[in-house]
Amino acid sequence: MPNVKRDRGASKQAVAGPTIAGAFGRVVRWEVALAIALVAVFVLGTASSPHFLTNYDLFTTCTNLGDVAIMALPMTLIIMTGEIDLSVASTLALGGETLGYLTLHHWPLALILLVVIAVGLVAGAINGLLVTVVGLPSLAVTIGTLTLYRGIANVILGANTVSSFPSFFNTLGVDPVPGVPFLSYSVLVFLVLAVIVGVVLHMTPLGRSLHAIGLNKEAARHAGFNVQRVKLGLFIFSGVVCALVGMLYTFELNSAAEGIGIGFELKVITIVLLGGVSIFGGRGTIIGVVLAGFLFAGLQSFVLVSTSLNEDDFQVVTGALLVLSVLVPNSRAFAQRGRELWRRRQARSALRQPT
Amino acid sequence: MSGAADMAPASDLASRRRLVDFVLRARTFGIVAVLALLVLVATLIQARFLDKANVSFILSQASLYALVAIGEAMVIITRNVDLSVGSVCGISAYLSAHLFAQHPGIAIPLVFLAGLVIGLISGVLTGAIVAICRVPSLVVTLAMLYAIRGIDTVIVGPGQVLASTEPTAFLNIPTAAVLGVPDVAIVVTVLVAIAAYYMHSFRSGRDLYAIGSDPQAARLAGIPIAKRVFTAFVISGACAGLAGALWASEYATIDSTAANGLELQIVAAVVIGGVAIFGGSGSVVGAALGALLLQAINSALNVTGVLPTTWTEGITGFLMLVAITMDRGIQLRVSTALRRRRVRLGA
Repeated sequence: MPNVKRDRGASKQAVAGPTIAGAFGRVVRWEVALAIALVAVFVLGTASSPHFLTNYDLFTTCTNLGDVAIMALPMTLIIMTGEIDLSVASTLALGGETLGYLTLHHWPLALILLVVIAVGLVAGAINGLLVTVVGLPSLAVTIGTLTLYRGIANVILGANTVSSFPSFFNTLGVDPVPGVPFLSYSVLVFLVLAVIVGVVLHMTPLGRSLHAIGLNKEAARHAGFNVQRVKLGLFIFSGVVCALVGMLYTFELNSAAEGIGIGFELKVITIVLLGGVSIFGGRGTIIGVVLAGFLFAGLQSFVLVSTSLNEDDFQVVTGALLVLSVLVPNSRAFAQRGRELWRRRQARSALRQPT
Repeated sequence: MSGAADMAPASDLASRRRLVDFVLRARTFGIVAVLALLVLVATLIQARFLDKANVSFILSQASLYALVAIGEAMVIITRNVDLSVGSVCGISAYLSAHLFAQHPGIAIPLVFLAGLVIGLISGVLTGAIVAICRVPSLVVTLAMLYAIRGIDTVIVGPGQVLASTEPTAFLNIPTAAVLGVPDVAIVVTVLVAIAAYYMHSFRSGRDLYAIGSDPQAARLAGIPIAKRVFTAFVISGACAGLAGALWASEYATIDSTAANGLELQIVAAVVIGGVAIFGGSGSVVGAALGALLLQAINSALNVTGVLPTTWTEGITGFLMLVAITMDRGIQLRVSTALRRRRVRLGA
């Protein structure tokens, strides 16, 4: 495996770390930068507004963060293997609308849970099968299913709005975890799942196979990894998690209605890429994604508390963050490319002169 | 590089070309056939579908989508994607229509020009980031989608452009017609024809296909990839910006959510119209037909009432998946056939 990494590090990135130590050092630096940015946001926030960092504000920040951050975990794994899943928000809607529809028809919650898991499983499996068996690019497939699942979700509930959920569940969005006044249930779920995914990604052969697949699919296949099955599994994992987040999100809103979670895929992908996961696959850490999640939420809270911008306006910041988090890690490659172009131009003009 | 092609017998090249041409044409005919079938079924269920008013409504709606699809098709043919078209169209719709309120009596062509310029600016920005920085266009344009929409909501706030501020001549544009064919449809058809001619016969147009079918080979063949991809994004932005002004004349009341989610319909139209999502094949005409098909489906659901219109989105997604799966099948078949032919000819 080390050979694979070294090869890719040298050819694809063409900068820094041709060795694992170099690559590792760069990743760590990215995370340190994230941590510093996180601290900076909190310091700035506290300095600029007395509302920032109060229990209430932290809790609101937490609820904003939680659902999106949970979906960022399977997305991290998928992007690690060089694929992408744009259908996450629509799968979330499928989960939420299914919950609403079945609640409307008085199904017991345990059964609803099973159905929602099944829905997520099918949604993920369709993505995964089209990507692995049919061999389509995940970008195309998940743009298609983004539309398809959203369309189905809209049809399930129609114009109905459902909000008669059991009393424990409809307080999920307003009550913190008992004893921790700033922690929302969604963030608790996120942290627990992050630990699990982190252990799997960084400490098991399966996790290492994800790195390998992302770095060089062919090499991974020759090394004996079942690339197709791993990818299929990841898409299914993503589907199930997103459908379940749909349930959680619906409980938090205490209402199932058309059009939930539109545009969440942007936030999810932003958190993942801001966390230092390479869009080309093969590199990234869960700790980075967790830090990026909190940085994103902190930034959003800071902007909303201290400026007149509202949540819709914040899209500008999210978009800018997303572009930056792809541009910055690749900036050294551009610099090199620029120099190369410059040299080529010089050479061309040098050639032209004698004639 | 060119040595291999020179050595291949001319008949082999010609037959290869014929096969590819045939497949492309078959794909376009497929869309036309589906469209004809849809019209037939919808008319049998509800004769009102073929009413003059309904047909001209479908055509003027489809023109707007086809206009955006021209640029999107060019981008997708280079194996990229432009998800920012919806937001560009939205912001251009607001800003151009807002000109009427700011400068009463402004000439209508100037308003369209403003829309075009707004589109050009965003196209240049997106294209520069994608082409120069070599970052996946998916991520860049996804970011642009939300960034531009965000700028839109900051500018517009809770406000909106009201129909009362716009001159009647502007609002009449979508319904103006010659012999029952909307003027807009004629203009867009001409634009599609120009784009198709460019893509088919100009070297820089052919380059887009070369880049999409094999970027590595295109680079080795000396094609200026960055320049061409940049141009494709600029054209896509321009189309979306121009469509924004058209959107304003069609919907009259414009707020910050105008053209929200348009990008998905456009990508769907382009892909359903036979432009392979992995780049390198398809045509602008197909993309425009795809847009027409989607609008016809939408209208058919509306008029016949067989299914509620909430199904449109789901059907669009489903058709898109069918189209890309089919294209993959065709692609595999064609490459196998070409390989077999090469073996037979001993080339």
